[in-house]
Amino acid sequence: MRPLTLGRLLTHCALLSAVLFVVVVIALKLGAVPVSLYGLGHDLLRVLFRQTSQLSSEYQLIIFDIRLPRILLAVFVGASLSVAGASFQALLRNPLADPYVLGVSSGAAVGAIIALIVEPHLSLAPAIAALLTPVGAFLGAALTVTAVYFLGLRRGQIDSATLLLAGIISASFLQAIIMFFMSTLTGGNYRGIAFWMMGELQTPPPRIVSLILRIGFFLAAGVIYTTASDLNLLLAGEKEAMHLGVDVRRVRLVVYIAASLLTGLAVSVSGAIGYVGLLVPHVMRLLFGSDHRILLPTAAFGGAIAVVVADTLARTVVSPAELPVGAMTAIAGAPLFLYLMRRRLA
Amino acid sequence: MSSYARSASALRPSGDAGDFNSDVRLSVEQVSYAYSANPTQAPLFTLEATSFQARPGDIVAILGPNACGKSTLLKLIAGALQPLSGRVLLNGFITHTLPHRARGQRIAMVQQESPLLFPSRAWEFVLQGRHPYGRTLRFETEEDITIARNALAQVGAEHLSDRFMDQISGGEKQRVILARALAQQPLLLLLDEPTLHLDIGAQVDLLETLRRLASANRYTVVVVTHELNLAGQYADQVVLLQKGKCLRVGPPATVFQRELLEQVFQTPLTVELGSSGRPRVSMPSEKQ
Repeated sequence: MRPLTLGRLLTHCALLSAVLFVVVVIALKLGAVPVSLYGLGHDLLRVLFRQTSQLSSEYQLIIFDIRLPRILLAVFVGASLSVAGASFQALLRNPLADPYVLGVSSGAAVGAIIALIVEPHLSLAPAIAALLTPVGAFLGAALTVTAVYFLGLRRGQIDSATLLLAGIISASFLQAIIMFFMSTLTGGNYRGIAFWMMGELQTPPPRIVSLILRIGFFLAAGVIYTTASDLNLLLAGEKEAMHLGVDVRRVRLVVYIAASLLTGLAVSVSGAIGYVGLLVPHVMRLLFGSDHRILLPTAAFGGAIAVVVADTLARTVVSPAELPVGAMTAIAGAPLFLYLMRRRLA
Repeated sequence: MSSYARSASALRPSGDAGDFNSDVRLSVEQVSYAYSANPTQAPLFTLEATSFQARPGDIVAILGPNACGKSTLLKLIAGALQPLSGRVLLNGFITHTLPHRARGQRIAMVQQESPLLFPSRAWEFVLQGRHPYGRTLRFETEEDITIARNALAQVGAEHLSDRFMDQISGGEKQRVILARALAQQPLLLLLDEPTLHLDIGAQVDLLETLRRLASANRYTVVVVTHELNLAGQYADQVVLLQKGKCLRVGPPATVFQRELLEQVFQTPLTVELGSSGRPRVSMPSEKQ
């Protein structure tokens, strides 16, 4: 018997944060403009010691104004999507659940686009206007996951195959709506089709939105984490969980809302990046086991690492052109989805 | 704050303390239930008022043909369903209104388990039984581990501790599930058709274990089963149901009467009393 201890949890998290740090440094170095590792280390130290005046202006621009914000965005988007995926998998008792596959990301995208359309007509204070897109995305995500949940029921029971079909069909329906919006809307800052369909990290959002994303992530992921041991039991079945003292209704509601919020936040700043929520939790389960007390934090780190890596690849493999980051995650994620599906159905 | 106040009031014994017999642990009082698919329609299924009482160490078997309300009665006892009328008292507390956590500390349910999504080891499974004793993000204590280890030992499954749940036999799995229920340290142990899918050896073994645990740990055990002879052999009390009606409650020797059982199960049967006073039910051989 070797139950999880706080020490083991912290060790694994420290390990993963070290990996994340290395990945971030490499991501800072790589790009269309070459930067030496030595120069980078030198400049990072200068920033740490608040001697920014000594930085060369070229570095300052490339590293700290272009690459670093983008990498930080990738960190939080990846962590959000990955924790949302792990939560949906537990709630829906379906190992193939993922915000993108279930259509939740597309729902969030539609919500975000509607918010963008409505915003100029409301004449709101800038701080509130900045909140509107994430809120729209959250509502879109929450509505979609509710619809997919009910469409996935058969005789009052969640049916794994029906749920996935409902999700995939909803995704295609919602993507058609995105196409419709993108083809008819002119003017305004509506981003492009590639952004909403595949996800991009090219244009980091304004400061205030980044701040909302970070606060929102810590809030929602923190709330989900308080239910970590309840999720372990929910995974064993709702009836079992109830008899073991879990308030199933409360946990389900709280985690649904928080996971939809994470998806909405991520989609509103980066579009619908797929498969992160599927790929990362599965890898973390293989490495650290399926106990949510360790799965959720490691999935957050893993998601951050995965999206930083995917985005670095997306902007370097065909440099100076760029791929959408969602294309990179789909290339890795879709085959894994198929593999898991074949293994489960076998 | 408010949730503490609520749980405190829910933890106060209800009913007049005067008529509460301290020997009785479980008291099912005129409990009834109706299930309908939609509230405007006539109920599809009803359980008529049922009453019985059980003391610590008692084994109660709920018997009856398919769809007679056995599992519904068990869920009512567990507090998972709200009775239409009547109440179920466990040490004086109404089971249905107990807070989730308090209920998990008092009542353990062994049911036909759902398939596991991700592989888990037997010890992880047993430790789940300690969940009602933890707070949100608590890590298992030494005490929890000792209790889980003892629970595995009590059902003779220590050797399974490190095995994966999907790689052990049905009988072994049933023991681990029982161990998880023991780790809850309950007052009341409920089992829904625990002998289903077990061979005769494993069935006898399970009932022997239950008998031993009921006496040693002073559990009150309520078991839903189709096995008349196992119930006759091991139960202190039998509750016989038919089509949502409680026909008879009492020791097996008085409930197991040929005419009654033949009428309930719609088949010719013979009932003999063994030397121990325990009844045995069998199908008559063709010559008779």
